Amino acid sequence: MTGPGGGAPPAEATSEAAPAPGGGRRGAGPRSIASRLMENRWAGLAGLAVALLAPFVNASPYALSVMTSAAIFVMLAAGLNIVVGYCGLLDLGYIAFFAVGAYTSGVLSTRLGLPLVATLPAVLVVTVIAGLVIGAPTLRLRSDYLAIVTLGFGEIIRVTATNLDVTGGPSGIYGIPGLTEGPVSFYYLTVLVVAVAVIGAARLGRSRLGRAWRFVREDEDAAEAMGVHTYKVKMAAYVVGAIWGGLAGVLFAAHLSAVSPGSFTFLQSALVLMAVVLGGMGSIRGVVVGAVIVSLLPELLRDLADYRYVAFGVLLIIVMLVRPQGLWPARPKEVAK
Amino acid sequence: MNAPLLSVEGLRLAFGGVVAIDGLTFAVGEAEIVSVIGPNGAGKTSAFNCVTGFYRPTAGSVRLRGRDITGLRPSAVAALGVARTFQNLRLFGEMSVLDNVRAGTHLRIRQNVLDALLHTPRYRRSERESTEQAHHWLDFAGLRGDRYGPARALPYGEQRRVEIARALARRPDLLLLDEPAAGLNHTEKAEMLDLIRRIREQGVAIVLIEHDMGLVMDVSQRVVVLNFGREIADGPPDEVRRDPQVVEAYLGRDADEAEIEQARASVAGGRDGGA
Amino acid sequence: MSQLVWNGLFVGSFYALVALGYSMVYGIIKLLNFAHGDLYMLGAFVGFAVLGAAGGVSAAMALPVLLLVLVLTMGVTGLAGVVLERVAYRRLRGAPRLSLLITAVGASFALEYGMRAGAGADPRVYPVRLSGTTLEVLGARVTLQQLTLVAVAVILMIGLNLLVNRSREGRAMRAVALDPRAAALMGIDVDAIISRTFFLGSALAGAAGVMAGAHYGKIDFMMGFLIGLKAFTAAVIGGIGNIPGTMLGGLLLGLLESFGTFWLGGEWRDVFAFGVLILFLTVRPTGLLGERVTERV
Repeated sequence: MTGPGGGAPPAEATSEAAPAPGGGRRGAGPRSIASRLMENRWAGLAGLAVALLAPFVNASPYALSVMTSAAIFVMLAAGLNIVVGYCGLLDLGYIAFFAVGAYTSGVLSTRLGLPLVATLPAVLVVTVIAGLVIGAPTLRLRSDYLAIVTLGFGEIIRVTATNLDVTGGPSGIYGIPGLTEGPVSFYYLTVLVVAVAVIGAARLGRSRLGRAWRFVREDEDAAEAMGVHTYKVKMAAYVVGAIWGGLAGVLFAAHLSAVSPGSFTFLQSALVLMAVVLGGMGSIRGVVVGAVIVSLLPELLRDLADYRYVAFGVLLIIVMLVRPQGLWPARPKEVAK
Repeated sequence: MNAPLLSVEGLRLAFGGVVAIDGLTFAVGEAEIVSVIGPNGAGKTSAFNCVTGFYRPTAGSVRLRGRDITGLRPSAVAALGVARTFQNLRLFGEMSVLDNVRAGTHLRIRQNVLDALLHTPRYRRSERESTEQAHHWLDFAGLRGDRYGPARALPYGEQRRVEIARALARRPDLLLLDEPAAGLNHTEKAEMLDLIRRIREQGVAIVLIEHDMGLVMDVSQRVVVLNFGREIADGPPDEVRRDPQVVEAYLGRDADEAEIEQARASVAGGRDGGA
Repeated sequence: MSQLVWNGLFVGSFYALVALGYSMVYGIIKLLNFAHGDLYMLGAFVGFAVLGAAGGVSAAMALPVLLLVLVLTMGVTGLAGVVLERVAYRRLRGAPRLSLLITAVGASFALEYGMRAGAGADPRVYPVRLSGTTLEVLGARVTLQQLTLVAVAVILMIGLNLLVNRSREGRAMRAVALDPRAAALMGIDVDAIISRTFFLGSALAGAAGVMAGAHYGKIDFMMGFLIGLKAFTAAVIGGIGNIPGTMLGGLLLGLLESFGTFWLGGEWRDVFAFGVLILFLTVRPTGLLGERVTERV
């Protein structure tokens, strides 16, 4: 749960402060070096501390369940942010990967009697395949076609899960084993996994591949001209997003010990998107905050059940009109090293 | 005999019934500067797009050191050592100036996903190299503005420099510049001229599309003239300048006022024309 | 066999009506209006409300009343489309594509759950049903009401085609679709033309909504979701932005679904439709009648 800068140990800052050519003429931001790192680091650590301390405030089964779900939702948002935020590809069926992960682990663990951890390799393989199968035909398309095709794929996965026997049909799968004993330890495990996933997404976002994603988002032609194979790069975003979604699906299956098609509707895809857009596309800190807001707000607004999704829809429009960069946007300004 | 660095043969490009390029043949040797000139709509940028893989030519071939690169995708052409700039600046506007130039190092730096996730020494080394190279080429291009802020925040002339620095960071053997001096003032043009020369001194061959005849005549070893998709001249600047067909093309009714002025000036007396 | 063909053509005419709006809006501002299917849903509910307010309708009067309601509904959904464009899309016309698409998703969401908050989550039973006599045509069982609905759909489509191809208005629309800036320079009020395009497209979707309500008998707040996807599929098959192509695409999708359902079973119908969509997008993204775009590698 740290920001893009937070993943770097202090050693990096010093090692990269080595003199580089032309140092004298660089537009400098000495003010920013320390303060920005601190800001990122503290933001991330503070978020993690809140997540770790929350059970000491309220450890009722209900509160733990809500918090666990929120953490899983953060992981989903971090995954979708790779696709939408970094790479600029609108995926409206992202929940399909969540479903693939949840069902794969659920089916394997209940049918073969495997512990959930043992299904992870299979989950990885299946989600990567799902990412490739969905991405291969669609990523060549114009971006807006991509959006609607992914929406269709989301539906296909859900309808397929409803129709097949192996997935338990409309009622789904029950009795999926947990990953730990008891909800408290599961909560901590989830927070740990999600924190690693968020840091991982942030690190990827800053790497060569992550830059290539953003080149594609900013200008595909210019990216190609620089030697970026845009199709492969988009595919990579898609597959990495799929893995994040699939692993979140395993956590989900372990959390509820049951999966059914009703959990993987377009509504869910739209909510994850809402989290990413609200927090700030491409900004990992923003997306984490956005996900926490989107997953916890309905719990606080139970009385307004009917109107909260209306509000989400209106909010999407308002954010795009008024503040398209989101609540806590990614800064194009980078830390001077 | 060695194959030339770039050879374009019988290039033809048609969109439906509209012929954008109708039989273009020219070659560029190592570290040579060749300009492609012609009135607006003559097919210059289309030719660039064919060479760099953005358009698939209808007929003809593009060879790089004898290797056929016709129909390769742009990133594959780039990987073989060709870099370009765009007529209407195509920077990654929301990203930092440094990141823009790091794009040029994309193919040169070695790191994989695991390196990035674990921040291995190899990751740090490759990132540092990428940053150093980016600074180096920004220095080379003479960027004065802020390197850490978003590229879109720079003034226009500075953005041109960033785009060229980005292309140079690719370490190309062949650089295609599409109207690099467009929209620049006199001082900036003079600096651009200097930059183009310095790039050539690095051993990079340049194909230049430019409307500023002064600059073209001054810097080019050879000039290729296009008109309505047809090649009407190919030769050293002095020869091309006197070619009656070229004068006709530039003074014909399709040329706009500014071009007529430029053409007159350059035909009359060389480099004061535009610079 | 002929029954399958007839079923396909019947459903296809609904798809075509909804797809037309999709296609027109895409043609003119290059936006996939995700909320388009929800305008169809809105149409069904507006019709429902008007019919409910009118009280009981005798079977003999069902058809004329329904046609009247149809016209009223078209006006309402048409205006809704105009408002949607004005409020949500207009200011983003120059913005990145992603922003506009996300806005459209937001609009779709707001419409769906707004209707759920207003009319409830449970399906509503349409207050009027056309009980028609069954005819045998070439071995297919066809009801009179089905024939009527198809006739209405065909009339609407012919009307639209005439409007776009023959009228001054239509010429302006095509001009804006081709090049909004040049059209503006020629003195065309681009904003007004885009508004009218939204009106027409949304009105057609609303008409389809009422017809679907009267035919299926049940409506709910999510009914626009799937049809939106199907309409997009139809538009892609025919060639998005191309009006005759879109009509053809709608009918073709109806037929494909009809046969696909017969072979694979009803529960796979939607999967089959999306399979067709993905196939088309992969093999021929410009659709059957769409113009070829400049070949970029």
